[in-house]
Amino acid sequence: MIQLVSFYIFASIVIASAAMVIFARNPVHSVLWLIVAFFNAAGLMVLIGAEFIAMLLVIVYVGAVAVLFLFVVMMLDIDFAELRAGFIKNVPLGLLLAIVLVAELVLGIGAYQAGAVQLGTPEAGVATVSPTVPNIEAIGALLYSKYVFLFETAGLILLVAMVGAIVLTHRRSHNTRGQNISSQVQRRPEDATRNVNQPVGQGIEL
Amino acid sequence: MTSFFQNLGMSYEAAWFTATIAGILLIALPLMLAVALIIYAERKLWAAFALRRGPNVVGPFGILQSFADGLKVFLQETIIPSASNRGLFLIAPIITFTVALMAWAVIPFADGVVLSNINVGLLYILAISSLGVYGVVIAGWASNSKYPFYSAMRAAAQMISYEVSIGFILICVVLWAGTFNVGGIVEGQRSHIFGFINAYAFNPLLFPIAVMFLISSMAETARAPFDLTEAESELVAGYQTEYSSMAFALFWLGEYANVLLMCALNVILFWGGYLPPVDWAPLYAVPGIIWFFAKILLMFFIFAWVKATVPRYRYDQLMRLGWKVFLPISLFWVFLVSGYLMFTGHFA
Repeated sequence: MIQLVSFYIFASIVIASAAMVIFARNPVHSVLWLIVAFFNAAGLMVLIGAEFIAMLLVIVYVGAVAVLFLFVVMMLDIDFAELRAGFIKNVPLGLLLAIVLVAELVLGIGAYQAGAVQLGTPEAGVATVSPTVPNIEAIGALLYSKYVFLFETAGLILLVAMVGAIVLTHRRSHNTRGQNISSQVQRRPEDATRNVNQPVGQGIEL
Repeated sequence: MTSFFQNLGMSYEAAWFTATIAGILLIALPLMLAVALIIYAERKLWAAFALRRGPNVVGPFGILQSFADGLKVFLQETIIPSASNRGLFLIAPIITFTVALMAWAVIPFADGVVLSNINVGLLYILAISSLGVYGVVIAGWASNSKYPFYSAMRAAAQMISYEVSIGFILICVVLWAGTFNVGGIVEGQRSHIFGFINAYAFNPLLFPIAVMFLISSMAETARAPFDLTEAESELVAGYQTEYSSMAFALFWLGEYANVLLMCALNVILFWGGYLPPVDWAPLYAVPGIIWFFAKILLMFFIFAWVKATVPRYRYDQLMRLGWKVFLPISLFWVFLVSGYLMFTGHFA
């Protein structure tokens, strides 16, 4: 009973907020609706017993990705009149995208009704959902035994991507002056100030 | 608690529902009271550090000062700037306040006394605390004013930076405890050192990260010396600049509920949670909740002490500490701890 009620609550909020992402006029509102959608999708994950995935969804997407979206969108200075001006120009592209999406949807539903694709025996390759074994243990046992090479390859690809991003953005500029933290920390009052007992009527040498 | 309501003749669903609601109220209401008293305690502490008297007029020793303040803001007019984004402006303090309360659901107050004993408790806390940044960011943006906006930018960058190192620190503790369950982590500390000290912090391998976690939790809650988000000498009052009356009070309550949560997390992860300091039978006569609160208060004293004595960091120093000092050290420590555990056969 309570599963059913919560499923419908989570699912309807996911769909409604996903629709609001598109319909909201203000891009900041769009991002916030997207966060609501992520959050309720995490609720759906909890309902099927995948609490680890649910938490990861919130930590990664809500906690990191959406913050970056919000960061960028908040900085934008958006002129709504200008946005609407480009509407006619982009109609063909939008129509094309819409047709592709509708075709994919129809194909997907058709394929689904024709029967699921066999992906192999579920016992060997799928982490089990059971109330006694924690999600993390089930996924970890599988990830570090059967899929260890794939897992490490994924890690390697991410590392290369990170190094690549740093190489692309890192520029050694010659006009900026970096800070030497240790010299800042080691600076003492004696290095920067001096006490003088200046006779009256004489100027001070700086 | 569900079985208690079932004994009153309710069906399982109704009993579970009533028990959960009762549990939420049992945590949230005393927490609000604790926040009011902790604000008073902190003001008294700062006053003592600065050789002043502090609040001493309302009630005996001024103990009702927070309640008087609360009543005052409650009776004030809520001013909404006309240029602000009205809906988000009002939602922002509610987000901060709600998020500050939500994480308490998985905190064990004594052995088995926890609202929701879930396997991914620590991840839940991490997920909820990553939501906390939205309250500040939305407040800064919706105010449509430059100082709150600067503050929101700073808050977002600061909280994300320190969450990274907090994540690595949590991993070290989880590796040692072997579980993400918060209660399991506390139980893992039972007679951890020499067979009788109940705390991870006295483990030489975990003590450095205990210190790092204390500092990171100050940065994560945007407390002094890391309170760049409301640096009054630069940003008026930061993201709270445009807020008045109850909306401001919600930020205030949320902030202190967050500080208490971070104190509780420090206690749970490194100082033995609800366990007495040493594993000695007579000490178990004192209920676990009293040990827990005593440790939280001690931790809060450290927070107040730091706020009263340490000057504010410069923003670039804050970022340097997060990314160039804490991140490499905590990453290295994950290797160190997991390597140690592997070679000593901790899980064999």
